[in-house]
Amino acid sequence: MTDVVSGLAPELAGANRGAGLVPVASAGERFTSFDVDAFEVPGGREENWRFTPMKRLRGLHDGSAALDGTAAVEVAGAGEGVTVETVGRDDARLGEGGTPADRIAAAAWSAFREATVVTLDGTPEPVTITVAGPGEGATAASHLQLRTKPHAEATVVLEHRGSGALADNLEVVLADGSRLTLVVTEEWADDAVHVGAQHFSLGRDATLRVTSVALGGDLVRISPTVSYRGPGGDAELVGLGYADAGQHLEQRLLVDHAVPNCTSNVLYKNALQGKEGVPDAHTVWIGDVLIRAAAENTQTFEFNRNLVLTQHARADSVPNLEIETGEIAGAGHASATGRFDDEQLFYLQSRGIPEDVARRLVVRGFFGEILSRITLPELRERLEAAIEAELAVTGA
Amino acid sequence: MSTLEIKDLHVSVAAEDGAKEILRGVDLTIRGGETHAIMGPNGSGKSTLAYAIAGHPKYEITGGEVLLDGEDVLAMSVDERARAGLFLAMQYPVEVPGVSMANFLRSAATAVRGEAPKLRTWVKEVKGAMSELDIDPDFADRSVNEGFSGGEKKRHEVLQLSLLKPKIAVLDETDSGLDVDALRVVSQGVNRYRAAGDVGVLLITHYTRILKYITPDVVHVFAGGRIVESGGADLANELEENGYVKYGAGAEAAS
Ligand SMILES: Nc1ncnc2c1ncn2[C@@H]1O[C@H](COP(=O)(O)OP(=O)(O)OP(=O)(O)O)[C@@H](O)[C@H]1O
Ligand SMILES: [Mg+2]
Repeated sequence: MTDVVSGLAPELAGANRGAGLVPVASAGERFTSFDVDAFEVPGGREENWRFTPMKRLRGLHDGSAALDGTAAVEVAGAGEGVTVETVGRDDARLGEGGTPADRIAAAAWSAFREATVVTLDGTPEPVTITVAGPGEGATAASHLQLRTKPHAEATVVLEHRGSGALADNLEVVLADGSRLTLVVTEEWADDAVHVGAQHFSLGRDATLRVTSVALGGDLVRISPTVSYRGPGGDAELVGLGYADAGQHLEQRLLVDHAVPNCTSNVLYKNALQGKEGVPDAHTVWIGDVLIRAAAENTQTFEFNRNLVLTQHARADSVPNLEIETGEIAGAGHASATGRFDDEQLFYLQSRGIPEDVARRLVVRGFFGEILSRITLPELRERLEAAIEAELAVTGA
Repeated sequence: MSTLEIKDLHVSVAAEDGAKEILRGVDLTIRGGETHAIMGPNGSGKSTLAYAIAGHPKYEITGGEVLLDGEDVLAMSVDERARAGLFLAMQYPVEVPGVSMANFLRSAATAVRGEAPKLRTWVKEVKGAMSELDIDPDFADRSVNEGFSGGEKKRHEVLQLSLLKPKIAVLDETDSGLDVDALRVVSQGVNRYRAAGDVGVLLITHYTRILKYITPDVVHVFAGGRIVESGGADLANELEENGYVKYGAGAEAAS
């Protein structure tokens, strides 16, 4: 690990002034640092915190969280071609994936005691990694790095479950020509808070396929950053979120195209189902795609779609495409929020379909496009069942 | 034989300045084997009658009864009514993004028939019904009504009619927005449904052109929220010629 504070000046000054007062205009100029103290304590009005309910962060953002709990990391199915290591903070590989870009990611970085490094060298079987929360009332920091060997192919399922508050960094470092299929699930208990930074770094001609499924937790805020170390990288990030009454699910994405001939495809779908008397079901999707001057022949598409099933639900969506070169192969972004309204319900019911079945039909249809990317049948069935259970719990 | 009885039905909608009465005492009985046409000026309450029978939440029943084979329809939820054998082909079918037509039809058939249709025969049944209505098979994979043209939506309403085989079908301006060929295809669809069982049809329309294909047993004139006159098939021709002036609705008479 390195202590270098990247971009110390002049951005540091900007960060410490509070990005909310002087918003960093370009996603490419955002401040990053491994040092938690380099970040001002966010108050909630800053651009990158303005959607987050700060009071529910369990103090992860302001230093009041002790981060002294343990988030157990378990690796199953680590057969041939998989190396699992528990390493100290001084392991030179840590930090290769990227640098924290907000105070909680930096706090997690400053606080973790041991990191788990999983090296994948061509694994026929999927590897399942489970991260468990520190338990109700406790707070923890954790660190996980996945790395592939050149030209290796691997599938990893990363599951988050349990209670408590977790701040963590996930680094995914793909070697040249390698291919990683990654499914990340957020299946937390109702009390849980998870603020996670995901750093994806793609080597030359590397392929990344990520499917994220966010179901549980009180507050889940995930910030994935995709960067390319060489040309030919291909990243696809799809995800779904199901926010029920009182839940806050936030995805903040940055795809940083700085080298030529790379591809990125992003598709996130959220369904929201709120209830009177509790905070709104809330989803936030921020999709920043930056195509820097050097990134000629970039191809990128990002799409966010939200389905509001009831009242007392709010979907925020901010797609943002910054293009600094004219030589791109294709770039598009879009965002759409639709409502499952009384007319649709009436129409389905008027064909004999009971209300609960109608709602299920709509949600299933909506998420089908995402779930169908999960090629592990048992996992897909389990997640489908979990979504059905969510529907049942919220009385749909 | 099925019978739908509508007795002194009064229906209001919530308007800005309080409840507004739209239906003012509708009396109508439709028996299996009968086809009734309802014609009347814009805004006279024809769709309100159709929606009230189907149970749309926007319409408040303030008086009267609706009975299907003696059962109290007004006490049933929307889906219960459909399962009891009522069907409404809507004037403006609703788009349901994300739900494929195939999935929707199967869910509806499962609900109405009380069990999931056997997959093999079902696929054949749907394909056959679609081809009879000149519907391209690709529609099965599209979201329900999403981006369908007006005429395509109407064809799909009749497709549902032919698959769900209700006891009583209310067709609200199913003929509007259809070109000549589509009108013929859709009318034939309705006639096949009529011929296949002892079913009742309530056909709401502005035009006699559909009545050339689907001969009504009774024609009702609807004005001011009630039936003001009933007669044989010739009444339709007379209405088309003279409009609704004599029913005190000349200004808003259908074109
Ligand atoms: N929310 C509302 N507030 C006030 N008036 C309403 C409301 N909803 C419906 N109406 C009125 O109820 C009346 C009956 O409407 P309805 O749709 O039943 O007419 P219709 O006979 O089907 O007309 P058309 O031939 O144009 O289809 C209309 O005057 C309409 O404006
Ligand atoms: Mg109408």
